[in-house]
Amino acid sequence: MKKILFATLSAAALMAAGPLSAKTLIYCSEGSPENFAPSINTTGTSFDANTQIYDTIVQFERGGTKVLPSLAEKWTVSDDGLVYTFNLRKGVKWHNTRAFKPTRDFNADDFIFMIDRQWKEDNPYYKVTSSNHSYFNDMGMPKLLKSVEKVDDYTVKITLNNPEAPFLSDLAMQYASIQSKEYADAMLKAGTPEKIDQDPIGTGPFSLVQYQKDAIIRYKAFPEYWAGKAKIDDLIFAITPDASVRWAKLQKGECHVMPYPNPADLDAMKKDANVQILEQPGLNIGYLAYNTTKKPFDDVKVRHAVNMAINKKAIIDAVYLSSGIAAINPIPPSMWSYNETVKDDPFDPEAAKKALAEAGYPNGFEMDLWAMPVQRPYNPNAKRIAELMQADLAKVGIKAEIKTFEWGEYRKRLQAGEHQAGMFGWTGDNGDPDNFLHTLLGCDASKNNGGNVAKFCYQPFEDLVQKAKKITDTAQRTELYRQAQVIFKEQSPWFTIAHAVQLKPVRKEVKDFKLSPFSRHTFYGVDIN
Amino acid sequence: MLRFILTRVSLVIPTFIGITLLAFFLIRLVPGDPIETMAGERGIDPARHELLRKEFGFDKPVLTQYGIYISRVLQGDLGKSIVTRESVISEFSALFPATIELALCAIFLALAIGLPAGILAAVKRNSIFDHGVMGLSLTGYSMPIFWWGLLLILLFSVQLGITPVSGRIAVQYYIEPVTGFLTIDSLLAGDFGAFKSALSHLVLPAIVLGTVPLAVIARMTRSAMLEVLGEDYIRTARAKGMAPLRVIALHALRNALIPVVTVIGLQVGVLFTGAILTETIFSWPGVGKWLIEAISRRDYPVLQGGTLLIGVVVMSVNLLVDLLYGLINPRIRHAR
Repeated sequence: MKKILFATLSAAALMAAGPLSAKTLIYCSEGSPENFAPSINTTGTSFDANTQIYDTIVQFERGGTKVLPSLAEKWTVSDDGLVYTFNLRKGVKWHNTRAFKPTRDFNADDFIFMIDRQWKEDNPYYKVTSSNHSYFNDMGMPKLLKSVEKVDDYTVKITLNNPEAPFLSDLAMQYASIQSKEYADAMLKAGTPEKIDQDPIGTGPFSLVQYQKDAIIRYKAFPEYWAGKAKIDDLIFAITPDASVRWAKLQKGECHVMPYPNPADLDAMKKDANVQILEQPGLNIGYLAYNTTKKPFDDVKVRHAVNMAINKKAIIDAVYLSSGIAAINPIPPSMWSYNETVKDDPFDPEAAKKALAEAGYPNGFEMDLWAMPVQRPYNPNAKRIAELMQADLAKVGIKAEIKTFEWGEYRKRLQAGEHQAGMFGWTGDNGDPDNFLHTLLGCDASKNNGGNVAKFCYQPFEDLVQKAKKITDTAQRTELYRQAQVIFKEQSPWFTIAHAVQLKPVRKEVKDFKLSPFSRHTFYGVDIN
Repeated sequence: MLRFILTRVSLVIPTFIGITLLAFFLIRLVPGDPIETMAGERGIDPARHELLRKEFGFDKPVLTQYGIYISRVLQGDLGKSIVTRESVISEFSALFPATIELALCAIFLALAIGLPAGILAAVKRNSIFDHGVMGLSLTGYSMPIFWWGLLLILLFSVQLGITPVSGRIAVQYYIEPVTGFLTIDSLLAGDFGAFKSALSHLVLPAIVLGTVPLAVIARMTRSAMLEVLGEDYIRTARAKGMAPLRVIALHALRNALIPVVTVIGLQVGVLFTGAILTETIFSWPGVGKWLIEAISRRDYPVLQGGTLLIGVVVMSVNLLVDLLYGLINPRIRHAR
C-alpha cells in the first residue's frame, strides 16, 4: 500500500470518526504545516495546526496575552524569581488513536520530556525529526534553565540561572507544547521515534484524524478534554493558499473562517450580509531602523529630522490601506504598558530642514535606504514605502538610494549593521513588552548580528528594560516600560511606521470566535449555528 | 524497431545526468540560504547556523555534496525535506497522482476539442468557423492562467454556483487512496457521491490547465492538415472518388498527426509549468504547488528531487512520443 503522506491515519480510524456532524467548522487555512513536531515548528501556519492538538503548561487567554493555567493548575515563584514550582492538573487524558493507546494520564514526566527533548543533546529525542529547536533557543532557554526536577508525579520545580519575568509567557508559546513521554518511549522501543511527530497525540481539545499535505487537515473534538468537550464536533482545515479563492469559498459557505484577506477584497466583504470582519491591531511593528553607530544617524537630531520629513499618514493610506495604524511607540497599543502619552514627531518638512541645518547638514546628505524584498505581516510592500520615503526625503534635501537584497541575505546584512537606514519589523512571540523592548532594542541584541538592527545601545534605556526583566510585579514592570518608551521616542532609533491590523472575515453563523493577538486561530470555545 | 528503441533509450542517460546537474547547481546559484530563510526576523546565531549546516550536510564542498547526492539518488534515496523532514519520495508519491489526474484531464480536454476543431478549421478553411477557432485559440494561448482561473471561479462557482471553488473533493468525503486518482478510487470504493464530487472539482482546473495545450493543438492540427490536404496523394485519393471523410481521416489525418504528436509530447512540459499556477489557484494538492513552496523556502532536497522526478516523467513521455513516431511513420524508425 502506498505510503500516504505522513499524518494520514488509517481508514479504520476514520471510520471510527464517522461522518461529519452538523457542527462542523471549516477553516480555509493558508498553507500546510511543516509537521506536527511543535518544538521545531517556526511558522504561524504550523502553530495553528498544532495548537488544536496540544496543550501547554500555561496558556494565553483566548483573545489576549494574559497567562492562565492550563496543564499546570497553579504555580509559585520564589521571591528571588529563580524557582518556579508547577502543580500539574490531575486526570488529564491523552488522545486515544489507532497509532497509540495511552495507559496513563498526563503527568510530570511529560512536562520534563518536553524540556529535555529540546535542551539535552543526550536525550534520545533531541535529534528526532530535527535538532532545530529554534524557539527554545531563541527564547534563551538553554542559558536560562539551571535545573528541572520532578518533585512528584504532579509537581515540577524549575530553577533558573537568573530572574526572567517573561518566563511564564515563554512557556505558553507553541514550542512548549506537551507531547506524551509514554508514546515517545513506546515508539523509541519500536524503532520508529519519528511517529510521535507524524501521528501526533496530545491532550488538546481536538484530536487529529487526517492530514493530507496541501489539501486538508481533519480534527475531531476530544470528548474527554480536561476543560470540557469543544462546542463544535468536527474541525476541518481546507488548505487554500490563494486569498481570492479563500474569499470565494467563504462567500459560498465552503468555509467559515479565513485568514489574511486581500485588502482589495475588503470592500466586497463588508457588503456581504453573511460575513463579518473582525478587526484587531496585531502584536507587531513595522519600522525604519536608523543605524545609530553610523554617520549621520549617530546624531539624534538627524534622526528626529528624518522622522519629521516622512509623511507617515500618506504611507499608511497608500500601502497599508485599511489594514494598518500609525505606530508611535515600539510596542503596539494592545500590549500592556503601552504609553499613550508619548507624542510622535509631527510631519513637518520645514522643521525637518531646520533640524538638519542645526545638525550640520543644511544641504542634506546622501544615504542608503534598505527595503526588504518580501511582503511581511507588518509591512505589505516595503519597496513602495521606500519610494514614498525617498520622495519625502528629497524634499528636505536628502538623497536616498533604495537598496534591497534576497530576504535571507537582507536580514543577515541588516543584522550585521551594513545599512544606514533599513526597514524591518517584528511580530510578538509571547505578549510581553520585553519581547519588543529588550529583544529589539537592548544592548545585547545590538551586538553579534543580533535583532537590534538600529544598533541602539543607550544605557538609561537599557537599565530600565534590564530592571523590568528581573522583577515579577506587573505594576512595577509597567512603570519601567512606560519610561522606556519615553526614552525611546527621545532617542528615536527607529522611524516607527505602522502596526498591521489583523482582519478576519468570518461567516455570521460562527459564534464566539476570538481574534488572537498572536494571529493564531484556535477553535476551542467557538460554536456554529 | 529494437535498435530504434535502444538508441532512443540510450539518449535518456545523458539527459538524466544533465537534469541532476542542473537541479543541483542552479538552486545553489539562487541567492539565499535555507537556514537563514527558516530563521525569519529572529535570525540565527552563527554557532547554531553552523550546527544546522552540518546536520543538513551543507558544510561540505559543493562537489562533495553533489557526489553524495548522486550516490544516494542511484540508491533511490532523494533525501528529506528541510522543512517537513519527510522523505522527498514519499511527499512526491503522495502528491503526484493529483497532478497526473489533473494533467490527464487537461490533455484529454485539449485533444477532445483541439483535434476536431483543428481538423474542421482546416477542412473549412477561411470560413467563419476557421476564423472563430483561430481567434479563440489565440485568445486561449494568450490568457494568463492566474487571471483565467479566477475568472472561471467567479463566474461558475461564485455567481452561477455550478462548480466548487477549489480543492479536490468535498470535505465530507474521505476516500482511501488506492491509485491516488480520486475519480478512480471513489469508483473503486463504490461511492458515486464522491465520484461526482471529485469530477466536479476537476472541471475548472482542467479547463484552465488545458486551455493553452488546446489552443496549440488546434492551431498545429489546422496547419498540419492544411499542408497535407494540399498534397498530390490527397488529390489522387479524391480523384479516385474516395469518400471525403475517409480521405480526411485515413490519408490526411494520419500524416498530419506526426507534428501534432510532437507538440503533444512537448505540451507535457507545458502542463507541468501550468500546473504550478493552476494548483495554487485551485488549492489542488499536487507537485506544482509543492515545488513553488520549496523555491521560496530554499528547500534544496525537495527542489532537487522534485525537479529530477518531474524531469524523468517528461523524459519518459517524450521517449514514448519518439517511439510513437516509429509506429506512425516507419521511415523514422529506419532512419540512421
